Amino acid sequence: MDLHFGDCKPTDEEREAVDALLGPPASAWEGGAERGEADLRWAVGGRAARERRDLLLPALHAVNDRTGWISEGALDYVCRRLTVPPAEAYGVATFYAMFAVRPRPATVVHVCTDLACAVNGSAGLRAGIEERLGAAGMAAGGVTWQPSPCLGLCERAPAALVLRAGEPAPAPGTEGPSDGRGALRRRASAVVAPATAEGVASAAGAPEAAPSEPSAAMAVPQAGQDGLILLRRVGVADPASLDDYRAHGGYSALRRAFALGPAGVIREVTDAGLAGRGGAAFPTGRKWQATAAQPDHPHYLVCNADESEPGTFKDRVVMEGDPYALIEAMTIAGYATGAHRGYLYIRGEYPSAVARLEHAIGRARSRGFLGDDVLGQGYAFDIELRRGAGAYICGEETALFNSIEGYRGEPRSKPPFPVEKGLFGKPTAANNVETLVNVGPILTMGAEAYAAIGTESSTGPKLFCVSGRVARPGVYELPFGATLGELLDLAGRPESLRAVLLGGAAGGFVGPDELDIPLTFEGTRAAGTTLGSGVVLVIDDTVELPRILLRIAEFFRDESCGQCVPCRIGTVRQEEALHRLLDRGGAGAAADVALLREIGQAMKDASICGLGQAAWSAVESAIDRLGVYGTPVYGTPQQGSEAGQGPRGDT
Amino acid sequence: MTAVPLQPPRRLIEFSLDGQDTRVPEGSTILEACRAAGKDIPTLCEGDTLTPKNACRVCVVEVEGARTLAPACSRRAEPGMAVRTDTGRARHSRKTVLELLASATDLSTTPRAAEWIKEYGAEPGRFGTDAARLNEEPKVDNDLYVRDYDKCIQCYKCVDACGDQWQNTFAISVAGRGFDARISTEHDAPLTGSACVYCGNCIEVCPTGALSFKSEFDMREAGTWDESAQTETTTVCAYCGVGCNVTLHVQENEIVKVTSPHDNPVTHGNLCIKGRFGFQHVSQR
Repeated sequence: MDLHFGDCKPTDEEREAVDALLGPPASAWEGGAERGEADLRWAVGGRAARERRDLLLPALHAVNDRTGWISEGALDYVCRRLTVPPAEAYGVATFYAMFAVRPRPATVVHVCTDLACAVNGSAGLRAGIEERLGAAGMAAGGVTWQPSPCLGLCERAPAALVLRAGEPAPAPGTEGPSDGRGALRRRASAVVAPATAEGVASAAGAPEAAPSEPSAAMAVPQAGQDGLILLRRVGVADPASLDDYRAHGGYSALRRAFALGPAGVIREVTDAGLAGRGGAAFPTGRKWQATAAQPDHPHYLVCNADESEPGTFKDRVVMEGDPYALIEAMTIAGYATGAHRGYLYIRGEYPSAVARLEHAIGRARSRGFLGDDVLGQGYAFDIELRRGAGAYICGEETALFNSIEGYRGEPRSKPPFPVEKGLFGKPTAANNVETLVNVGPILTMGAEAYAAIGTESSTGPKLFCVSGRVARPGVYELPFGATLGELLDLAGRPESLRAVLLGGAAGGFVGPDELDIPLTFEGTRAAGTTLGSGVVLVIDDTVELPRILLRIAEFFRDESCGQCVPCRIGTVRQEEALHRLLDRGGAGAAADVALLREIGQAMKDASICGLGQAAWSAVESAIDRLGVYGTPVYGTPQQGSEAGQGPRGDT
Repeated sequence: MTAVPLQPPRRLIEFSLDGQDTRVPEGSTILEACRAAGKDIPTLCEGDTLTPKNACRVCVVEVEGARTLAPACSRRAEPGMAVRTDTGRARHSRKTVLELLASATDLSTTPRAAEWIKEYGAEPGRFGTDAARLNEEPKVDNDLYVRDYDKCIQCYKCVDACGDQWQNTFAISVAGRGFDARISTEHDAPLTGSACVYCGNCIEVCPTGALSFKSEFDMREAGTWDESAQTETTTVCAYCGVGCNVTLHVQENEIVKVTSPHDNPVTHGNLCIKGRFGFQHVSQR
């Protein structure tokens, strides 16, 4: 391809940031400053150069991390280095919420506005931040702030995340640059949760001095209790120590896997009845078997840690509290499916989890638990960590593949399914973090013992993310089959329970009279709802339900990739109708509810991926099960003045 | 003349289409089967020379046993599949999609849009007068063609034609996300500052008239564009020896635009800047 570049040159700082990732350019063809004699005699490009396209997202991160935004010169330089057409790279850079293509201050504060935070006072927090830092999007004193979708800090809502661009911090024990640049702005991030406006403002001024985050164990009210399986090491073993991990039973599952062989591992996982915990509940053993059986090579393993479902934070807690467990599980999954490379795709809003896993992967590699010869068993496996950049849709597995490959995070249409054509067009097993960390216990306790936990169709332990108006929010581990009421008793239910959102924004509401729903795949299905990603967001009567519904609609409008019409325009029309219902209510309500149903049905039926298909489900359940807007259950909307006056009178 | 490219013989597979047993060559899409059976399924983003992107979703059909509807343009027929093209569910989705599109974009130059809107009883006006629209001004930044993204349904055909499916120029891509996504050059630069080589293959595939010849755009503005008064003559481009077919659209003895037959086995409708835009000299007298 004959690429066209503009005249914009990168600054030295931008060039340095890209070169730190990609190494210095080999020739003028890929952006070297001087054109030498040799450059006139040969050209580089073609397939070899284009195959580096998957470095596009890391390169954009490198620039954005250094300067806070991606300038035209920097983007062009990245494109030269990777042989990517600038128009396509621009399309990628503008796809992600964490990147900017216009100048902005180095420090960006992301203030969560999503469900758990909205329930716990994010509106007040935003107002306070606006007083101190100006309106959203304004630059004041080197800081700008913006509302953000769920930051996955729901147990400590309301939450804010401060990201400051700058030079990477020097490695521990080494001096900073000696040329006087040590005084330059250093890259830093700070999580402020639960957040106050003062706390956010001071963290924005000096993120490196912000108080450190509480340990992951603080998000696990059951930490240290007997009988935990998935969470047994969180708060017990030191997440930074590989030895401590091994002292607590780590890597015994991988040894058993090597003893069983790949087919044996798949048999155990199948017999254990493990189903995917990311929301779709697909049988993991079948997925692995289908991947392993593909004649096309190489095979890939992808761990989906793009946990962006509003109300979900279990994967973050597991990754921060027990990172080696995920690495071991990925190694086992890679071994079983015949993959030699695993990609761990973590959402960009999780700096602590990224740091924990980077450290843990490095330690595992240096100790022979990853690399060319894992545990001396002749099996080569390594993990590449990829950071997302703010796009809920990238949790959809095929969008995630596109994102890793350096394309816009738009979902692909299925079939073909990932087990046949996934990452880089090759057979790929994609699993959620929670799914993978079940594999260790399956192998150590054996399929039979594991399958004895839970119910017949939903086996094993399950993590639930309880947030909202409960006394003890956090990640809870319960065997499948416990009821919603039992879970709420553990977490401390509110006095006046109004509703529970199961499964997050893509899930559905259930009413206070439905607490005997068993928390299993089949039980929730029978009750006409879903477990989804394990979200249990509790709402009491202090919460204005129509506002929560509007926030859900806004979320889907913001996060739609825009590829297909039902989702791109349907989510906008849904939000408009909910706005009308909130503002006007009354007479037009019945018509707007009918309109919502029609749009919702088309989104559910005709959207390419799950985002559009689920964008209406929570709103639908609120109308049908909770009678918000005064509509009777599963009936035609009421006419007249009662309509639209339901829960807004509750406050 | 329809050229039939040679290809290896293909097995026939059998499936049920609206209750009729249907046999199509393996690898055929449901849409191809429908067309062979004489069924008229509306399509917008499907292009006869491009890999279907299935982004517009107006061609959805019901596949028995599937949770969601399937895009006929890209879902391949499988043995034993039972497909229904005219169910209430499929018609509802098509109608809603047409309504959504017409409420957000200007479909006035989209062939057949008005006909389908009528056929499916779509009422784009019911989303209210304050329903968000694209509201883009036409981008007139060169003398050859105009980008009027108010008419753009973001079918990706221009991106695919400019990119690795035909031209390999990669001058345009989709930028932004969701409702704010737009077809864009790098940094939203004018075409003259972009990688564009003015082959016009994007205009050739555009299904809505969002991309049009400057000549057509100007005549439409002036109210002189009259398709019924135009004749089309397919001839051979005289610029070089490749022998691309060009179809001259002539109104009142002036060439007003140039297209290219898609069934030409060499070019499949593609031209270069000269064949596409180099027609003014013919009218110099």
